[in-house]
Amino acid sequence: MTTEMLAVIVAGGTIAIGSIGPALGEARTAAAALEAMARQPDLAGTITRTLFVSLAMIESTAIYCLLVSMLLLFKVGPLFS
Amino acid sequence: MANSGVMTSPLENVELFRVGPVPVTQIIVVTWGVMAVVVVFAALVRLKLRKKSPGRAQQVVEAMLNWLGEEIRGIIGRDPWPFVPLVASLFIFILASNLVAFISSFFEVVKPPTADISTTAALASVVFLAVPFYGIAMTGTLNYLKTYVRPVWIILPFNIISDLSRTLALAVRLFGNILSGEILFGVLLSLVPFFLPLPLMFLALITGTIQAYIFAVLATVYIGGAVRVVEKHETEEKTK
Repeated sequence: MTTEMLAVIVAGGTIAIGSIGPALGEARTAAAALEAMARQPDLAGTITRTLFVSLAMIESTAIYCLLVSMLLLFKVGPLFS
Repeated sequence: MANSGVMTSPLENVELFRVGPVPVTQIIVVTWGVMAVVVVFAALVRLKLRKKSPGRAQQVVEAMLNWLGEEIRGIIGRDPWPFVPLVASLFIFILASNLVAFISSFFEVVKPPTADISTTAALASVVFLAVPFYGIAMTGTLNYLKTYVRPVWIILPFNIISDLSRTLALAVRLFGNILSGEILFGVLLSLVPFFLPLPLMFLALITGTIQAYIFAVLATVYIGGAVRVVEKHETEEKTK
């Protein structure tokens, strides 16, 4: 197994495992926000804004994984080939 | 058109020509194009500025700025107009840059400037510098520095790390979101070139708008954290 192959495999694993957590977290956030909006429709504006910001925060974990896997594919992998 | 996204590294830039020792990449050209469009539009609206019977463009711009102002008021809880110029500039520039992704689905050469880490890092640095600027201008140097030792002094290193890491996160978030859209589009285009990429183009429009909004809101939240300190005891989070 060459190092480049290893980099490709690890990149796939990174993005696969790394998107599980944010996906679950975003689902919970959206569910909680929907419930809150159903209970208090007056506060829908505030809840939506907070929801967007929290989703962006949660999502950045997945973005880091994307970045790491891209670095592995395009920077680290070619380094050893 | 076919060899998109996957084969060539999306982290590299295509160098078009050189001005002296400075290489001019395609990102720079597109960024200047976006800037030119935004500035020309703003200048045209400014030229036709009227108090009575405002034109169509003026009404759109006014509506957008008022909406942004209300958003900022909701987050910071004080007069939003000192913050609107910066936040609105960031919002409009990022929105325009992200919408270039729509053009990039027709012309491969035109990549959105926000799909490059340099652009987003520069934008995040603006926010990073704006936080102490607004904090010092509105609450004074001492009060601003006190935010770093609040609630206890031992939190100081964590506050400094948080300042740096949130700037990094701001840059990487925008970059990653736009770039992932581009890569997804490139992969799909090389697999199924007809009709199927169409929904993704609209998805890119939505993502671009939401990301511009998120960047503006996060910039406001960070600035708000620096300027809200003084009257924290009076209003006590009433507006939030």
